[in-house]
Amino acid sequence: MTANAPIKHLLGIKGLSESHIQTIFETADNFKSLLNSPVKKTPALRDVTIANLFFENSTRTRVSFELAEKRLGADIINFSSSSSSVKKGETLIDTVNNILSMKVDMVVMRHPAPGACVFLSKHIDAQIVNAGDGTHEHPTQALLDAYSIREQYGDVAGKKVVIVGDILHSRVALSNIYCLQLLGAEVMVCGPATLIPKHIAALGVKVSHNLEEALNWCDVANMLRIQLERQDQRYFPSLKEYSRLYGLTMEKLQRLQKEICIMHPGPINRGVEISSDVADSDQSIILQQVENGVAVRMAVLFLLGQQRL
Amino acid sequence: MSQPKLLINTLKLNLIIKRFALQLIEMHGDFSQTAIIGLQPRGISLAKKLCDYINELQPENALKYGELDHTFFRDDIGRGEIFMPKKSNINFSTENLNIILVDDVLYTGRSVRASIDALMSFGRPKQVELMVLVDRRFQRELPISPNYVGVVVDSRSTGEHVKVEWTEDQQQVWLLSKKE
Repeated sequence: MTANAPIKHLLGIKGLSESHIQTIFETADNFKSLLNSPVKKTPALRDVTIANLFFENSTRTRVSFELAEKRLGADIINFSSSSSSVKKGETLIDTVNNILSMKVDMVVMRHPAPGACVFLSKHIDAQIVNAGDGTHEHPTQALLDAYSIREQYGDVAGKKVVIVGDILHSRVALSNIYCLQLLGAEVMVCGPATLIPKHIAALGVKVSHNLEEALNWCDVANMLRIQLERQDQRYFPSLKEYSRLYGLTMEKLQRLQKEICIMHPGPINRGVEISSDVADSDQSIILQQVENGVAVRMAVLFLLGQQRL
Repeated sequence: MSQPKLLINTLKLNLIIKRFALQLIEMHGDFSQTAIIGLQPRGISLAKKLCDYINELQPENALKYGELDHTFFRDDIGRGEIFMPKKSNINFSTENLNIILVDDVLYTGRSVRASIDALMSFGRPKQVELMVLVDRRFQRELPISPNYVGVVVDSRSTGEHVKVEWTEDQQQVWLLSKKE
């Protein structure tokens, strides 16, 4: 993404180097201060047209990307599969090529199939930003999570981060693992054995099935949602049992001898993976994550947008 | 032009900055309504040195200092060269202030145009002035003119560039042919 190692697409954290991520963070710092100034816009991408293709439901990511694009002065078109010709049997490449023939420069895509963005990048002539592809990666979420940790502690290196919950179905978990490890953090995953992929330790992460043990170890806890929509079978007896064992409550937090930082990529299922009082507590940086999301996405789009020629 | 030409040496630079400081004190008084803003990256050293001189000449002043980066407002983003933003640091309201933008070399005027746009995103100043160390006045591509000038370079050749070497003890400005 820098002059030394240009990257045309952001398909995943895998494929980025530490220096790419630092470049994104430094650029995001500038955008964050711009977003806090009275006039929050720049015309940096005024001659760029971006298509937001969402083949899967999204609120936060979509609004965040849309806002980032508007703040950068880009022209945008929004597309969601529920109200499109995809329902009539059109293929992904046909859909996207039709949109691109209307002179679109960049595509931000969310798709339920893992690898959809990589596939598309080989067949179309536009820059692609992955906004989540199935259970594979969600790079901008990982970037904004790491950016929020950096903002909280000054640096990501050396920090201990536990990712709790449905690791098996989570693209956020995989991208977070890659990103945090690149930046020098230690990562642990925690959840019921059925929701943790069998060979995940091969990625160099610690594995725990005990939330209290994980919380005692970590500086940051990233609580994930149970993705019922991706689960084709029952992975645990009941949500109530899951919540009792892996839900983060104020009582569990108070038993710790230290203060940890609580994150959540959203949407929150209050009372399942995190209790309301924890989500709204001072230790929670959930809303800062959302705020940082716009600055980080502006940085990604700005850096990619410079390499159109 | 093959021989590099020394436009400004350390001694001359100090004289120019003293002149700038005196001009600003004459025009802006105690600086209660004025801020000096250095343009990233190379206007910063000049702007800081200028503020030091002003503070030396007029210890009781209300001078405000900021730094501004114009990267996001350039008109050549996505046209080949890759630009990395630097920090903007303006921790005061620019609303209704007289702003003096400080840069090293004024060439085509395009980065000053971008800087004015960047400045406007912080509020609506009362007046904006431009101070430059070197004015290459026959190379302008936009109708932009400085209010305070160190030296003027009248060369019409596009095969030349102005190089500013700025270290702690020595400051020199050279006119070079593009290959050097």
